[in-house]
Amino acid sequence: MTSFADYEKTEKRAALRKRIFNIITYTFLAIWGIMVLFPFYWMILSSVKSYSAYSSEYIPKFFTLSPTLENYLDAFTAVPLGDYFLNTLIFTVATTAIMLAVIIPAAFAFARLNFKGKNLLFTLILALMMIPNELVIITNFTTVTNLDLRNSFPGLILPSVMSVFYIYLLRENFAQIPDDLYYAAKVDGTSDFKYMMKVMVPICRPTIITVTILKVIECWNSYVWPRLITDDQNYFLVSNGIQEIRENGFGRENIPAMMAAVVVISIPLIVLFLIFRKKIMEGVARGGTKG
Amino acid sequence: MKVVLENLTKKFPSKNKKEHSEVIAVNDFTLEIPDGKLVGLLGPSGCGKSTALNLISGLIKPTSGKIFFGEDDVTSLPPENRGVGLVFQSYALYPHLTVRQNIIFPLENLKGKNKLTKDEMNKKALEIAQLVQIDTLMDRKPSELSGGQQQRVAIARALVKIPRVLLLDEPLSNLDARLRLQTREEIRRIQKETGITTVFVTHDQEEAMSISDLIIVMKDGVIQQIGEPQTVYDDPRNLFVAKFLGTPQITIFSGRLEGGDLFIGGEKVLRVNADHTGPVKIGVRPEGYIPSENGALSCRLSRIEVMGRDISVVSSNPAAESEFIRSIVSAENKIDTSSETVRFDLKPGKVHLFHEDSGERIPFGIN
Amino acid sequence: MDKQNNKAWLYLIPALIFIGVFMVYPLVDVLIYSFEEGYNSASQTYNGVGGYNYSFVLRDPYFLQAVKSTFILVIITVPLSTGIALLISAGLSSIKPLRNLFQTVYFLPYVTNTLAVGLVFMILFKKTPYSDGLVNLLISWFGGSSVDFIDGPYAAKMFVLCFYTVWVVMPFKILILTSALASVNRDYYNAAKVDGTSPFRIFRKITLPMISPMLFYLIITGFIGAFKAYSDAVALFGTDLNAAGMNTIVGYIYDMLYGNSGGYPSYASAAAIILFVIVLTITCINLIVRRRFVHSK
Repeated sequence: MTSFADYEKTEKRAALRKRIFNIITYTFLAIWGIMVLFPFYWMILSSVKSYSAYSSEYIPKFFTLSPTLENYLDAFTAVPLGDYFLNTLIFTVATTAIMLAVIIPAAFAFARLNFKGKNLLFTLILALMMIPNELVIITNFTTVTNLDLRNSFPGLILPSVMSVFYIYLLRENFAQIPDDLYYAAKVDGTSDFKYMMKVMVPICRPTIITVTILKVIECWNSYVWPRLITDDQNYFLVSNGIQEIRENGFGRENIPAMMAAVVVISIPLIVLFLIFRKKIMEGVARGGTKG
Repeated sequence: MKVVLENLTKKFPSKNKKEHSEVIAVNDFTLEIPDGKLVGLLGPSGCGKSTALNLISGLIKPTSGKIFFGEDDVTSLPPENRGVGLVFQSYALYPHLTVRQNIIFPLENLKGKNKLTKDEMNKKALEIAQLVQIDTLMDRKPSELSGGQQQRVAIARALVKIPRVLLLDEPLSNLDARLRLQTREEIRRIQKETGITTVFVTHDQEEAMSISDLIIVMKDGVIQQIGEPQTVYDDPRNLFVAKFLGTPQITIFSGRLEGGDLFIGGEKVLRVNADHTGPVKIGVRPEGYIPSENGALSCRLSRIEVMGRDISVVSSNPAAESEFIRSIVSAENKIDTSSETVRFDLKPGKVHLFHEDSGERIPFGIN
Repeated sequence: MDKQNNKAWLYLIPALIFIGVFMVYPLVDVLIYSFEEGYNSASQTYNGVGGYNYSFVLRDPYFLQAVKSTFILVIITVPLSTGIALLISAGLSSIKPLRNLFQTVYFLPYVTNTLAVGLVFMILFKKTPYSDGLVNLLISWFGGSSVDFIDGPYAAKMFVLCFYTVWVVMPFKILILTSALASVNRDYYNAAKVDGTSPFRIFRKITLPMISPMLFYLIITGFIGAFKAYSDAVALFGTDLNAAGMNTIVGYIYDMLYGNSGGYPSYASAAAIILFVIVLTITCINLIVRRRFVHSK
């Protein structure tokens, strides 16, 4: 039998091991935290340095003693950042709204109604989830060009509306609502449309909110399609705007002004995230992928 | 291995953050579990019995007090150094490993001079599998086993290292009624064969009574009574223990003690010798009633249920706490079912008196 | 019954129109495009059908360069990001204080604009006549000599691209793995602990098999995502990726379609189909490997 002294040693060793493990874990996590936050810090820091101060720092400084907001003024006056913002807002709201109007009835039909070929059609639509955007974007580009919709909101919005994955997500959620509710509503003489709007949509509100938020993030950050379809600055979204600013705006070296623009376009989504943190993270965890 | 708990206490911070109060899950436990016994830790859900078990296993550290295995103080020893075997309520069998791999798992952790070869491990695993009679299932995955078989695998895994103490958390709660009866006999048998000191937690008093050498009845983190099942049943220390043990449940009447006479309602039911006057709670076990034409206690007869050897008389009395009084009497007693009332005499040994407020037992003698 | 049949189609029509026009038709069309030789986008005519577009693309040095860069990117970033994400998630699951804060911070890159933050990375790594940039400052502290990560040697540029890609994909992976880890029943860990299993062995023998389905899901989506890399590169090196020598396959497709070197939808289509075949092959390989290793319930 092991003696008492041995026990004490084992205890101490276990406690020590746990403490070392904790120190390593926290250090490691903190390092990654800094890696994530540092670019944000740097962008805010650079955006409040004056142009002359920034240019004279051969060795960049980690802080500034004379912060200025003039870069933010520049960002809105020297380039049409306000217009980019408005365009992105219109694009995001319209795309998301049309998407919801299209996918909710579709998901309802797949979940609730019976029709010939339902399973086959649903399988085919699911198979489309595997198709990469790059394959279809080429023809869409030609289609939109031929319809003379380049540099227009319909041209921007319409091809961005559809997300097969969200039909799937909603249908799964709708299908969980017990059949009895539907039959009860039918007995009361409720129409299908009313049942969808008054019963299913409210019950599945969390999923619909999730889908909406994910689509908003996707729209706000979309770059490739708008870049292909717009070359008129009046229709630029923020992503294209930032690229334009980088290549032509401000003069290439006015980095503080660029950073101010970057801060401004990053803020809306970060605020949205901080408000809906739980919902967004849940939604993404349920299978959303970026873009 | 004897297990001794000394003033063992565990407090948890309250879940309600606004109040900075604490929940005392285990309150000042002092007890000794003799070597080689099967002990049932019994109480209603939320009484702290699982916490007590986890304190013994070492998964939870006590707030104060000490735990001894034999003469060794293991209070602050991490679980892996205590040499306990633990069977979880959910069994916690690793779903990606076969039965054999599950049983061998603890053996693979042995290091240094205790290290075993593959053959030795397989041999030990097979021996223990034979003990719990699952040696034909060794290459199956847990998902391919029935609940009872999974339970055996879990026990085998806990036993394979020959633990100093075996702990079982609600071992039967996930089984259906038939399997439960069978498995509890099985646990008794395995415990007898190995002679390992075993503590199991349950909320089912019948289960605890039927296989334990010793039962510990708990309520709100406090030990109510420790003893052999029959002793605790016959001689409950307080009203809670009396009510918790036994099916059908004991019937409680509000009554009075006056000058050595025990009254239920206006009826004098028993002549007793006790140092108490005034209102009391009277508990009568179902088997404590003797139907008799001139019996002391009259009840309103509701119905009679025939159970073969015995019959169960269901009646009611305004002084009883519960709506119905269930009494078990021999089938030889003829009871007039057309009558509206039934009269009983009470067996003094099956009657317990308790203080009206504290619920403590009032001892009495028979004149 | 028939009535419901018709009604169902009414609910489906808007979605089907969008899917048909912007997904199914283009899918067929892109295949046709890729086999039409000598397509002229102005007159919309072509002069033959065959595999010329493919052979042109496969011999185009820009395409080969893009394939090379993309493969390097995939091979480095997928294992690296998955591995680090696993470590971080394991770390997150083992702590209590500050856990929520860390989780929130780690998720931030997911909701930021890739182009915008890419600009910040460019500035951190870039070397200009006025300043060596922050990263070079750090390098010099450790006694190294400065490198231009944005306009300099290929390896340096590749390093930044990989670094930024990992930074961008991390939130999703950390999130998925933390929730996978959280869904493992605590009893398994307690059972292993009572049996004296070392933390490392618990991780390898219990945690890893239990989360292996999610891990493989991440690896597959990671491969697909990395093969489609594009905007990260644009953010760092500008829109003219061919000139920077940092083009990706997707970048090549878009450049063929539109921009200074654009106007060749047939070449773009052929390249897109080649990309699709590559991704499909890798996904199939992944699925075969998965069948062998992943524990399924």
